[in-house]
Amino acid sequence: MTEPSRIAPEALEAVAQTGSGFNPLLPGLILLLPLLGFLVNGILALIAGSREGNVLRSAALAEPDSEEERVDLQHKEDAPRRATHTLPTWVGPGVMLGAFILTTLNFLRMLGSGLQDPTVITYWSWMPTGTLAVDAAIQLDQLSMIMMMVITGVGFLIHVFSVGYMKEDPGYPRYFAYLNLFVFFMLVLVTGANFPVMFVGWEGVGLCSYLLIGFWFQDREKADAGKKAFIVNRVGDFGLLMAMFILFATFGTLNYQEIFAAAPTTLVYGGGVVTAITLFLLLGATGKSAQIPLFVWLPDAMAGPTPVSALIHAATMVTAGVYLVARASVLFALAPVSAAAVATIGALTALFAATIALKQYDIKKVLAYSTISQLGFMFMAVGVGAYAAGVFHLMTHAFFKALLFLGAGAVIHSMHHALHATHKDWDAQDMRNMGGLRRHMKWTWVFMWIATLAIAGIWPFAGFFSKDEIIWYVGTSAPFGPLYAVLWGMAVVTAALTAFYMARMMILTFHGPNRTGEAEGKHLHEAPLTMTIPLGILALLSIFGGWINVPQSVRDSFFGGFGMLPMSSWLDEWMAPVTAAADAIRLEQLGAYAYQSPVGGGHVTWGFIATGLAMAVVLAATWYFRSKDVPTAVEQGAPRSGFGKILYNKWYVDELYDRIIVRPVVGISRFSWRVVDRVLIDGTVNAVGAVSKGTGWFGSLFQTGQLNTYAFILALGALALLGVLIF
Amino acid sequence: MTGIFDGLVFDSWILHALIWLPLAGIPVVLMAGEEKAREVAFGWTLGLFVLSLGLLFSFDAAGPLFQLTSSTPWVEMWGVNYALGIDGISLFMILLTAFTMPVAILGSFKYIRERQRGFYALMLLLQTGIVGVFASMDLFLFYVFFELTLVPMYFIVGIWGGERRIYAAVKFFLYTALGSLLMLVGILYLYWQASIVNGFMSFHVLDLLGTPLSLTEQLWLFGAFALAFAIKVPVFPLHTWLPDAHVEAPTPGSVVLAAVLLKMGTYGFLRFVLPFFPEASAHPTVVMVMLSLGVIGIIYAALVAAVQPDAKKLVAYTSVAHMGFVILGIFALTVNGLQGGLMVMISHGISTGALFLILGMLYERRHTREIAAFGGLARVAPLLATALVLTAMASIGVPGTSGFVGEFLALLGTYERYPVIAFLGATGVIFAAFYMLPMVQRMLFNKLEGKENRTMPDLSAREITVLAPLLFLMIALGVYPAPVLDRMGPGVNAIVEWVEEGQTGALRSAAEAHRQRGELASVPGAAEAAGDQVLLAPLELAPPPVPERLPEPVRTDEAELGRSTSAFGSDQAPLVRAGTPTRIYSVTFGDQD
Amino acid sequence: MLVEALVLSALLFVIGTVGVLVRRNAIIMFLSIELMLNAVNLSFVAFSRYLGIEGQLYVFFVMTVAAAEAAVGLAIIIAVFRHYETVNVDNFNLLKW
Repeated sequence: MTEPSRIAPEALEAVAQTGSGFNPLLPGLILLLPLLGFLVNGILALIAGSREGNVLRSAALAEPDSEEERVDLQHKEDAPRRATHTLPTWVGPGVMLGAFILTTLNFLRMLGSGLQDPTVITYWSWMPTGTLAVDAAIQLDQLSMIMMMVITGVGFLIHVFSVGYMKEDPGYPRYFAYLNLFVFFMLVLVTGANFPVMFVGWEGVGLCSYLLIGFWFQDREKADAGKKAFIVNRVGDFGLLMAMFILFATFGTLNYQEIFAAAPTTLVYGGGVVTAITLFLLLGATGKSAQIPLFVWLPDAMAGPTPVSALIHAATMVTAGVYLVARASVLFALAPVSAAAVATIGALTALFAATIALKQYDIKKVLAYSTISQLGFMFMAVGVGAYAAGVFHLMTHAFFKALLFLGAGAVIHSMHHALHATHKDWDAQDMRNMGGLRRHMKWTWVFMWIATLAIAGIWPFAGFFSKDEIIWYVGTSAPFGPLYAVLWGMAVVTAALTAFYMARMMILTFHGPNRTGEAEGKHLHEAPLTMTIPLGILALLSIFGGWINVPQSVRDSFFGGFGMLPMSSWLDEWMAPVTAAADAIRLEQLGAYAYQSPVGGGHVTWGFIATGLAMAVVLAATWYFRSKDVPTAVEQGAPRSGFGKILYNKWYVDELYDRIIVRPVVGISRFSWRVVDRVLIDGTVNAVGAVSKGTGWFGSLFQTGQLNTYAFILALGALALLGVLIF
Repeated sequence: MTGIFDGLVFDSWILHALIWLPLAGIPVVLMAGEEKAREVAFGWTLGLFVLSLGLLFSFDAAGPLFQLTSSTPWVEMWGVNYALGIDGISLFMILLTAFTMPVAILGSFKYIRERQRGFYALMLLLQTGIVGVFASMDLFLFYVFFELTLVPMYFIVGIWGGERRIYAAVKFFLYTALGSLLMLVGILYLYWQASIVNGFMSFHVLDLLGTPLSLTEQLWLFGAFALAFAIKVPVFPLHTWLPDAHVEAPTPGSVVLAAVLLKMGTYGFLRFVLPFFPEASAHPTVVMVMLSLGVIGIIYAALVAAVQPDAKKLVAYTSVAHMGFVILGIFALTVNGLQGGLMVMISHGISTGALFLILGMLYERRHTREIAAFGGLARVAPLLATALVLTAMASIGVPGTSGFVGEFLALLGTYERYPVIAFLGATGVIFAAFYMLPMVQRMLFNKLEGKENRTMPDLSAREITVLAPLLFLMIALGVYPAPVLDRMGPGVNAIVEWVEEGQTGALRSAAEAHRQRGELASVPGAAEAAGDQVLLAPLELAPPPVPERLPEPVRTDEAELGRSTSAFGSDQAPLVRAGTPTRIYSVTFGDQD
Repeated sequence: MLVEALVLSALLFVIGTVGVLVRRNAIIMFLSIELMLNAVNLSFVAFSRYLGIEGQLYVFFVMTVAAAEAAVGLAIIIAVFRHYETVNVDNFNLLKW
C-alpha cells in the first residue's frame, strides 16, 4: 500500500510532453524510511516507557514518600546501557541517512533531466466521494526537491547531534520516534500533490511539534508550551481549511497541478475569490511560520529539547508557511492585495521580533525571536514575488539557524553539566550566567561566530547573499507603491538589529569573564564529536551555501572574487519552472522590478552598503558589550522599568491575547455551561418534570383511599349519567 | 480476501441472523451462570461480528440501492411487513454496531460486578434493537426497534449506573420517548396519506416514498420526525440528557450510547426525514434552522466541554459537537457533505467509544473521573497514554485519522452551498483543540503526583485487546477510507438526487420497482383491492363517507337465532374489510393542494 | 310478567347499591355487590323471554364471573383481615397514593 504502485497517467504524460527523462527512484521509500524509523523507535519507546513505569511504580510502593527525582536518577544511570537505548542511536539517524541518500540520488536525476512539469506519483485513492477525488499522491518538482534536500540533509545532521545531546535522557527512544515521525510528516507536507495531502503533513508536523515541545512533560510549563503551540497552530489550520473549501468550490478539485493550471484563466486578477483564498492561506502560513498575529507559540516552543528547536522551530517546520506561499505562487501573483499583505506581515514580524530579541537573556529565546524575524524576511520575499529568493533564504537560514541552535544546544549541554556537577540552582540557558565560554568550547565558538556573521549578512557568508537579495527585491518593488518603500526601510532596520542582537548574544555567551562560577567553570567542556561534527558541516554550509544563487553582476564584482569564486545563479534557474506562471502574471500586471535600489546603485553597490552596515553594527555591538560589566541573572533579575522592561516582556503580547481572547472564551464557556446548559435548558426540562409531578400531586388529593367515598361518587356519577340520558 | 468467502452465500438470511441471534443469545447468557456470563456474551457478540463481516463481502457497491432485501407480512390488516434490507449507509451502521458490541462487552469485564447475567442479557437485547433499526425497511418495524432500544438502555443506566443513575435514566427515557411519540403520530399520518394514494395499506419504506404531501403537511411531519431524531442525535438545545446519561452510565453503556445509539438519530434523518419530506428538508428556512443548530452545537458544546471538571462529561459534550458536524453534512445536502457526515458518524463511534473505554479503565483504577485528580500518567502508564493521545487526535480530527476525513468532507460539502455556515463550523477545529488538549495534558502530562497515580498500573492484556482494534481503525479509516466511501456512495447519491433533483435517481427507481412487485403480490388484500374502485380512487374519500351501519345484533326469529349463535366462531365483523372505505379518514393540516 | 320481574330486579339492585354505599363491613358490601349482580341477572332472564336466548347466556357469564370474583374477593378480605384484624373498610386506605 505504501510502496509506489503506479505512476499516474498524467505524470507519464507530463514526462512525455516535456521530453524530460526524470525517472524518480523509489520516492515512496524516502517517506517510508522515517515512518519505519518511527515505528521501530516507537515500539522501543513503549518498551522503555513500560519499564520506567514499573520502576516508578515499585519505588512508589516501596517508599510512598520517596522523592521522584531520586528514582529518576537511578533509572537514568541504568537506561543508556539497554537495547532500547542503543538501537535508536542507529535506527534514528540511520533512516535519515537512507532518506538523505535517496533524496540526493533523486535530486541528481532531476538535475540531469531538465524536468519542467512536476512528476506526480499516485499511490491510492484517498477520499473519493464522487464529486471530490483526492488521491494519496506525491509531487516531485524543483520546489519539493529542494525542500526534501534541506529536510533530510539538515534533519540527518540534527539526528546525529541528538545522539550526543539526548543520550542520557530516559526518553531517548521516544525522542527519536517523535523526531522520525516529524521528518515523515514534513516530507509529506512538501511532497503532497494536493492540498489535503499537504494538510496531513501540515497538521502532522504540528502534532510532532506538540509532542516534542512537551517532551519533558513532567514540567508543567513545557507541557503548556506544547499545548499552546498546537492550539495556536490550529487557528492557522482553520485558515488553511477554509482556503481548501474555497479552492474546491472554485475549481472542483484540490490537486495542485489542476488548480494552478486553471487559475490564470479561471480567476480574475485581484478578484475577491482569489484574494479570499490567498488570505486564508496566509492565515494558515502565519500559524505555522509564527508570523504576526500567531507568532506567540514559537518562543514558548523553546521548552523542547534544543535539537528539536533546531530542526522543527528553525530549519524546517516553521518554513512551511513560506513553502506554502511559494507553492501557491500563482494564486498569490493573482491577488496583489494578499501578496502585499504577506510582505507587510513579514516586515512587521521581522522588525517586531527583532526588537524583542534585543532584550532577551535566554539564549534560546534570542534565537527564537531571531527565527521569527528571519521568517519575516522570507515572507517579505515571497510577498513581493521573489519566490526563489524566499526559498533561498529558507535554505541558508536552515543552515545557519540550525547551526546556531545546535551550538546553543552544545553550550546549554555544557552549562547544564557544569551546574549539575555542583548542584547549582542556576538557569543553564541564561546568557548572563555564561560569558567567556570560548575558552572552554573553542570549536563551538568558531562555528557559532560563522553562523552569526552569516545571519548578520556579512560577505562571504550565506546570509549575505540570501538576505540582501530579499532586501534588494523589496527595495526594487518600491516603485509599485509607497508601502514597499516603508517595507524596505523596515527590512534594513531589521537587518541592522539582527546584526546587533546576534553580536550581543555571542559576546554575552562566549566573551568576557566567565560568570558561571569558580567551581562550575572547571566542569565546562567542549561537546562530544557526535555534536561538533554536525556543527562543522553546518558551518561549511553556512559559508558556502549562499554561493548557489548569486546574480551575474555580483559574481563579476569583488563579491564574486571578480568571477574567480565558484558561484552561480543556479537556484534561480532551478526554481524557474515552479514560479514561471507566477512570474509571468506579475510581469504582465505590475511590470519588471526596478534595477536600482532605493538608495541608488545596482546589485554591487547595494551589496557594499549592506555588508558594510552589518559589519559596522557587529563591531559596534561587540565594542559596546565587551566594555559592559554584565551582572549574573540572580544579581540582576528581570528589568524593572523602562523600554527594556517592555521588550523583555515581549511587548506584553501574551498578556494581551490572554485578556482579549483566552479569558473571554473561558468566560463564555463557563457561562454557557453554568447558565445556558444548567439553568436555561436543564431548568426548562426539569420544570416540565416538576409541573407534571405537581399536577399529579394535586390530583392525588382527591384520592382519600376510602372505598365508600369512591363508591358514593360512582353512584352519583351513574345517577347523573342516567339523568342526562333520560332528560 | 474474498476467496475465503466464495463458498458462502450471504443472502438476506444474514440480516435476520444479525437481528435475532443476539436475542437467541439471551437465554444462553442467562443459563451460563454469573461468572461465565461475560465470556459467553463476549464470545456470542464476537461471533456475530465475524458474521457481520460477511455483509461487507455480500454487499455489492455497484449493485442495486437496497440489497439483501426480504419482506414478510407481519400484521397483514395494517400492512405491516417484517421487511429488511440495507444500503451502503445502513451497512456500515450495522457493522459499527456489530463491532462495538464485543468491544464494549470486553471493556466491561471489570466494570460490571453485580447482576452480570442481567447486564449482558440487556446488552444483547440492545444489539437486537439497534441492528433492527438499521436493517428495517418498514416504518412500523423501525419504530418498534427504535423504541425497543430504549428499554435495555434505561435499565443499563438505571441499574448499573453511578450515583444519580435514576435521574439520568428517567431523563434519558422521557426525553427520547417524548420525541418518538410525536414521531409515531407523524408515522401514522404519513401512513394514512400513503394508503390513500397507494390504494393499499403499507408501512414499507419504499411504499411510503414519494407520498404526495403539501408543503405545510411536510413541514409538520418534518417537525414531528425531526424532533424525535434531533433528541436522539442530540441536536442543541435538546442535548442535556446526553451528558447526564453518559456520566451515570457504566462504561459499556456509554460506549454503545456514543458509538451507535446516537447514530440512530442521524440515520433516521438520512433514511426517513430527507426521503419522505424532500421539500421540507430542502426548504430554506428549515435548512437554515438545522444548519444553525448544527453550528451552534459544534461551538457551544466545544466551549462547554472545555470547562468540564469531569472527564466523562467532557467527552459527552464533545459528542454533541461531533454530531453537529453530522447535522451540517446532512442538511448541506451535497454528496460531500453527506459522505462526510457519515464518516463523522463512523469515526465518532470509534474514537468516542475508545475515549469512554479509556476513561472507564481510569475509573476502574482510581474510582474518580475528575480530571484534576490525575496527572503525569504518561510516565507510569505509557501504553495508556499513547492510546489516549492517539484517540484524542482522532477525536479532534487530525489528518491521517478517521476524524479528519469526516470533518473535512462534511465542512467541504457544507461550504459548497453555505459558506458562512462552513466558516463557523470550521472554527470547531480550533475549539476541538481547546477542549481536548487541556484534558490530555492534565491527565497524562504535568507532574506525577499522589500515591494512586504513582502506582497506577498500565494497560492489561485484555485492555490492550479492547483498544487495539479501535486504534487500528482510527488510523486505517483515516489513511484509506475509500472502501467505506465507495460503498456509501450510491446511498448518498440516491438521497441527494431524490431531494435535490425532484425526487429522481436510485431511490425513485427502487421505489418504483418495489411498487410494481408489491401491487402484484405481497400486499395484503391486493387482489380484492385491485377490484375495488373506492380504494383506488382515494380522492373520493374527502369528505369521508358516512360510516356503514354495524351489523344488527338483535335477532327475533329462531332461524336467525341459530345463525347468530354460530357467529361466535366466525369473523362476521372484521376490523378492516377490503372494500370498506370507512377506515380511511382524510386528515389535513392547514392548506392542502 | 316482565314488569313484575323488572320491578323486583330494580328493587334488588337499589338494595344492593345502598348496601354497598352505607355499610362498612367488607363482607356485607361484598354480599351487596352479589345482590346487584343477581338483580341484573334477573333482568336478563326476564328479557330473554322476549328478545332471544342470549340473555340467559349472559347470565351464565355473570354467574361465572361472580363466582370467580367471590373467590378472589373473599381471599383478599381474609388477607386484609389477617393483617388488620378487622373488616371495617374505614380502616383501609391503601388506595391512596
